[in-house]
Amino acid sequence: MLDLINVSYDTQIPNNVGLSQDKKVLKALEKWHPGYINWWNDLIPQNFQESLVYLRTAVSVDPKGWAKFDYVKMPEYRWGVLLAPQVEGRTIPCGEHYGEPAWQEVPGEYRNMLKRLIVIQGDTEPASVEQQRMLALTAPSLYDMRNLFQVNVEEGRHLWAMVYLLHKYFGRDGREEADDLLRRSSGSEEAPRMLGAFNEETPDWLSFFMFTYFTDRDGKMQLESLAQSGFDPLSRTCRFMLTEEAHHMFVGETGVGRTIERTCQVMKENGIDDPYDTAKIRDLGVIDLPLIQKKLNLHYTLSLDLFGQEVSTNAANAFNAGIKGRYMEARIKDDHQLKADTYTVWDFEDGKAVQKEVPALTAINMRLRDDYTKDAAGGVKRWNKIIEKFGIDFEMALPHESFNRKIGVFADRHFNPEGQMVTGAEYDKGLPEWLPTNADGDFIASLMKPCYEAGQYAGWIAPPKVGIDNKPGDFEYVKLHMA
Amino acid sequence: MNQPIKQHLIDPEICIRCYTCEMTCPLEAIEHDENNVVVDASKCNFCMDCIPVCPTGSIDEWRVVNEPYSLEEQYEWMELPEQEDIGQDAGGVEALDDAMAALLAEAHKGAGGKARAPATASKPTVNLYNLAKPAEAKVTGNYRLTSDQSDSDVRHIILDFGAQPFPVLEGQSIGIIPPGEDAQGNPHLPRLYSVSSPRDGERPNYNNLSLTVKREDKGICSNYVCDLKPGDTVRVTGPFGATFLLPSDANAHLLMICTGTGSAPFRAFTMRRQREAPSARNSLTLVFGARRAEELPYFGPLKKVPEEFMAKHFAFSRQEDGPKHYVQDQLREQSEQVAQILADPNGHIYICGLKAMEQGVEEAFKDIARAKGMAWAEIRDRMRDEGRYHVETY
Repeated sequence: MLDLINVSYDTQIPNNVGLSQDKKVLKALEKWHPGYINWWNDLIPQNFQESLVYLRTAVSVDPKGWAKFDYVKMPEYRWGVLLAPQVEGRTIPCGEHYGEPAWQEVPGEYRNMLKRLIVIQGDTEPASVEQQRMLALTAPSLYDMRNLFQVNVEEGRHLWAMVYLLHKYFGRDGREEADDLLRRSSGSEEAPRMLGAFNEETPDWLSFFMFTYFTDRDGKMQLESLAQSGFDPLSRTCRFMLTEEAHHMFVGETGVGRTIERTCQVMKENGIDDPYDTAKIRDLGVIDLPLIQKKLNLHYTLSLDLFGQEVSTNAANAFNAGIKGRYMEARIKDDHQLKADTYTVWDFEDGKAVQKEVPALTAINMRLRDDYTKDAAGGVKRWNKIIEKFGIDFEMALPHESFNRKIGVFADRHFNPEGQMVTGAEYDKGLPEWLPTNADGDFIASLMKPCYEAGQYAGWIAPPKVGIDNKPGDFEYVKLHMA
Repeated sequence: MNQPIKQHLIDPEICIRCYTCEMTCPLEAIEHDENNVVVDASKCNFCMDCIPVCPTGSIDEWRVVNEPYSLEEQYEWMELPEQEDIGQDAGGVEALDDAMAALLAEAHKGAGGKARAPATASKPTVNLYNLAKPAEAKVTGNYRLTSDQSDSDVRHIILDFGAQPFPVLEGQSIGIIPPGEDAQGNPHLPRLYSVSSPRDGERPNYNNLSLTVKREDKGICSNYVCDLKPGDTVRVTGPFGATFLLPSDANAHLLMICTGTGSAPFRAFTMRRQREAPSARNSLTLVFGARRAEELPYFGPLKKVPEEFMAKHFAFSRQEDGPKHYVQDQLREQSEQVAQILADPNGHIYICGLKAMEQGVEEAFKDIARAKGMAWAEIRDRMRDEGRYHVETY
């Protein structure tokens, strides 16, 4: 019998989908594999490829087996194809096919829509590895370097997950799309990644933490809604990816939190109470809280753009088709078809932003974005607790969703972070207080000095409260290869 | 009387509210509001499915309580409450049922004070199953370890727990309930046996474990266990024990001293090290006593463990062609290395076997310490308080 829980290593590609008995797909994937390895090898600086990294690998998709820790060289990491166990009798959770048995094969009428969703999701995975490829050179600790690499290999595995679906279910054009996922490259002139936010470089570690907190959280929300897909293989793939995505949320939340903690600590040690005394604070080698707020403003608003237009027929079609559900679809108590429901969205009328009711079906993106904002606000609250503990009078906040937007009804209009419309002149004047300036970027860059001693941390960031896999404080998370 | 129970909790200061645990929990025992993610003590069955999926480690928190914290209380928390003093040291609640706790207290008495777990030991699960609600394990193997000529019958028993969660750490014990009743017509109480396999199973990633059991003349339980056949079902309680555990730190140097079936926990320790840190060198020392080589459990496999992975010193007290040799004699012969472990802040000593071995071993330590100008009683008390000196004798 086929063992669909434990990971099989009988092919080059670890998997729990019985690849060894699926010759055609196996062959296609094996053909794709060398290109992937080349992509990886060209990406991350060589001495890190040779280093032993304490990584987590899944040996099975049940809770007991998916978190095995061991030292491994990244190119030897067992990238594989892992799907959550099939749920007996699962039905399509939303849309016009609500309640029908979930599809095990691609439904012909939705083939293109499905393929496009998978390709867009797949495109973001390698993109973020590309964006973060140089960060290890300035890692504030071996602990953080390990977390970066864990994020990287898991993004790599998520690419595998999407490529498997393309190879298995979409024939020749699926294979072509899979090849294109390796051909496009973040920031490239000729062949950039599909979504704007994924063509920006991640220049420093605070950006990385903000990226994993805000942008990967968009990824999480997208995966959550794809996990609700009526196309069962996609749902199972995304459900397993979500368990890995949680680690990325963790890296982001604790990374920003530790940066805040260190700033507060150094302020207190030096008798600074005013968080806006930024020159003095920066002289002490830590990142002032107002600058952290500016980074937050930037990354949050960039991530909001990833949700697309507030009112969208594409999103409505995907929901209606049962291809993409809502966040926690199964737990929502309604007809799951949105026949008569409405939802509140922002619109622009007579030069003013107004909220109005639209058919809920067309507001699927908006709803997911609202769920995202709620989810993102939780961590901000916990960051504020850190500041409060130190008795410093400062509060981080998510900016209003109208601020700094490039997509949707607010695009390219002038709003301040409180959501008030301002004139162009006011906007230009306020901008250096709202978003990081070049000088801010230079300052952060000046702090990015590697700290490669086990148990040591760069001066701008506090050590974590708990080690990975319960390891003690001085654990050597990466055994660096020194050429 | 209200028995204290162990309660599973989540540390709200570390948790990032990803709700992966909630999605994973097969019993829907985990839920959340805007503040916290909480565990319903009335639903949680300690299956541990949520532990590895947590990206933060915040989920691996436990408190022993008389009255479990309600969901409402947990929702209000900004931080996890300290373990309350409920008359037991929570760092080492060895068992929640009194009879088992008493047995273990007796077994650990030889350490000369309150036993503590090594600082880096994993957190044990205790008393998941009890007499009222035992686990059912299936026997999948029963092999004689001593030679056929020997009058000593020591057996290697493998138990499989199937789909029942049975998280056990190296050094912990389980209770076996022999069938039938005692002279007063009461059901037999469970007997304790040390687990001799590592935490991930006798076979990696199988939900099984092994025991090392010696057939005792007229022993109700040992005869029952030694006569088990593959396919038989056994009722099991536990796991028990929260101090005689393996430090996670692979650099910790362990001196393991045992006789006979006292080797069981050390087989588990060694296998864990082999699986986790196969390249570790010179950090395990075993001193193992038996009457003859033929009666020493696991003598064959032990000889195959490379000396640099584990230094092995055997003492035979009834060998025909040699003088009587006991574990304490071996300790004295290795006094230089033993003294090094005594002085090493990362040195751990474990003693397991018959009560009769305690005195001789203590005397040897005393002499070795004295020769180096150290006071054994002080070293022992310090090591014990630091969770580095462990005795389990019966």
